[in-house]
Amino acid sequence: MLTLPIEYYLTLSAVIFIIGTIGVLTRRNAIIIFMCIELMLNSVNLTLVAFSQYMGDMAGQIMVLLVMTVAAAEAAVGLAIVLALFRNKQTVYVDEVNVLKW
Amino acid sequence: MIEQYIPVIAMIVTGILFGVVSVKAHEILGPQRPNKSKETPYESGMEPVASAHERFSVKFYLVAMLFILFDIEIVFMYPWAASFRELGGFALWAMLLFVVTLFVGYIYIVKKKALKWD
Amino acid sequence: MTQTDLLAGLAIEIVSIFALIIMLTDALVERSTRLCETLSIVGLLGGLAASAYAHLTMPGQTAFNGMIVVGGMSTLYDAIFCGAGIMTVLLAREYLTRVGGMFDEFYTLLMMSIAGMMLMGHSADSMPMFVGLEVMSICFYVMAGLMRNKLSSNEAALKYFLLGAFASGFLLYGIALVYGSVGSTAYSAIAAKALSTQFPTLFWVGIGMMIIGLGFKVAAFPFHQWAPDVYHGAPTVVTGFMSTAGKAAAFSGFVGFIAPTMASGVPGLEKAKVILALLAVGSMLVGNITALAQTNVKRMLAYSSVAHAGYLMIGLAAGNAAGWTGITYYLVAYLFMQIGAFAVVGILERENGGNLTVDDYRGLARRRPGLALVMSLFMFSLTGIPPFAGFFGKYYLFNAAIQADLTWLAIVGVVSSVISVWFYLGLVVIMYFREPLGEMEGGEASISSRTALALSIIGTLLIGLIPQAIINIAAR
Repeated sequence: MLTLPIEYYLTLSAVIFIIGTIGVLTRRNAIIIFMCIELMLNSVNLTLVAFSQYMGDMAGQIMVLLVMTVAAAEAAVGLAIVLALFRNKQTVYVDEVNVLKW
Repeated sequence: MIEQYIPVIAMIVTGILFGVVSVKAHEILGPQRPNKSKETPYESGMEPVASAHERFSVKFYLVAMLFILFDIEIVFMYPWAASFRELGGFALWAMLLFVVTLFVGYIYIVKKKALKWD
Repeated sequence: MTQTDLLAGLAIEIVSIFALIIMLTDALVERSTRLCETLSIVGLLGGLAASAYAHLTMPGQTAFNGMIVVGGMSTLYDAIFCGAGIMTVLLAREYLTRVGGMFDEFYTLLMMSIAGMMLMGHSADSMPMFVGLEVMSICFYVMAGLMRNKLSSNEAALKYFLLGAFASGFLLYGIALVYGSVGSTAYSAIAAKALSTQFPTLFWVGIGMMIIGLGFKVAAFPFHQWAPDVYHGAPTVVTGFMSTAGKAAAFSGFVGFIAPTMASGVPGLEKAKVILALLAVGSMLVGNITALAQTNVKRMLAYSSVAHAGYLMIGLAAGNAAGWTGITYYLVAYLFMQIGAFAVVGILERENGGNLTVDDYRGLARRRPGLALVMSLFMFSLTGIPPFAGFFGKYYLFNAAIQADLTWLAIVGVVSSVISVWFYLGLVVIMYFREPLGEMEGGEASISSRTALALSIIGTLLIGLIPQAIINIAAR
């Protein structure tokens, strides 16, 4: 079977992580920002699985399961927060939410 | 190295070509006589009643959120189920504890009427 | 896993089980607020007792395959989290009922966040550290948005959530890279294998990412922008809890992986120290100078908490045993004075978010002499005036910096403390020597709020009188 060198996986996940980061910094829609954060978390999952496979160590894969659960919990809470905001203000754009300024 | 990918590349190229060729061939070869009933989403089916960009009831989001939470727990069940013979009695108790914890959450959402649909 | 494991983690288990019991009580019992309140306090006292037991019987022992460690500093962390929890429970009902955020879920969230913090404080591995941090953070996101009909609270929750999750991404990527370079997630492996790693660059990038991620969580410069907005928008009792226990938990995670890194002797340590020192300097100066310009007391305390994160980072930059115990001591001291200050702010705050500006505190000494006196005490302690707790906290941290040949850092710390005199004591002057602008309708503090205030006062004075006792526990 063909195995790719670990650098390929690391590069791919680094690229995905950077795409996610740029998305968080440039987007204004709270839901899309959150999707970019999920992208970052999943790129980390890729890194962890790649290292885990490379070193023959299971800890990385267990970590992936934990990360997935955390991401799901964050998704639920995040959606609830966006929903609460939408009920009060009818918007999901973060730059329109600015009562807290000095 | 790259030679091993040739079948994959051939597959991708064939796939793209098939899609593009069949759509374009239809446009070029077929007769084009549009009328009102032909332009509806379901040509000989239901009449569309309203715009598809409608807002959903907030209940959908609530159920979706709860679904995500309970759904993801299967990632812990699966590794256990795949190797529970080797893991033995202790893992069974640990899993029971986990399920009981989830069940507390379930009682909570039922009692808070999060699943009530009206 | 054996009985000893379960016994070692008993404190965390008790708090988690009580969180579940409170959740069930909330769902099954009508009008359960008082019952939930009692259960929370019982659970937190139980957690404290279990932690003390573990400290006395198995200090320094690891459990759950080296995932958690018991005794020593982790005992003090437990004390901070449970203590902050107890004071918050005592303050919460009166305040939340007034501002319209009284949901019984608050107690469940509080207990769960404390369980997460304790997991962080006990962790000897980045895996439980990450899980604990997330359990805590997810509860905090909800707690910040507890006043769900208020736009300010919604906004605080949204900002906290988006930036917190973003920071978690960085922390996690850091953990993954460190895992890849040393081959394990355990802190002991970092200390043992960092020197011989084949990928030193990967290791340092990973540590850097972890510093960024946790820097967000402790609100250190330049990752502090969320703090003033979140601390301002969240309910005041929650702000008090987040800015003390939350910061303490994040610092416990910080110390967890920085300490073995510093001990590993891996090349590049000096640069890491300089970077941490620069973060400390930035936090202290930016926090204190921006706090000068604030007209809202809550925002002022928020910016000053950025400065306090800076003082604590001096301990990280020093990177020696004195630094770690200094951080722990400072966190205990900070717990009492900061929660106390926010308690006073919460008692004075009105339903619509009124009575929060510095002008509203004019002449407070005449109208509410008791509260003004208590607030002054906390302000003196936060400034770092002897013999209060805050002074000894700073003393130990600056001392650690001098031991680590970072005398310049200690000097910057002293200078920024002097800057903070301006707004901390400025508030005292306003309370005692300025004429009130208008009538201040007074909310009477309830018995439980008074108890919480009394606890903070006793803590602030006592910790200042017996600093050595705390240091001894931490060093065990």
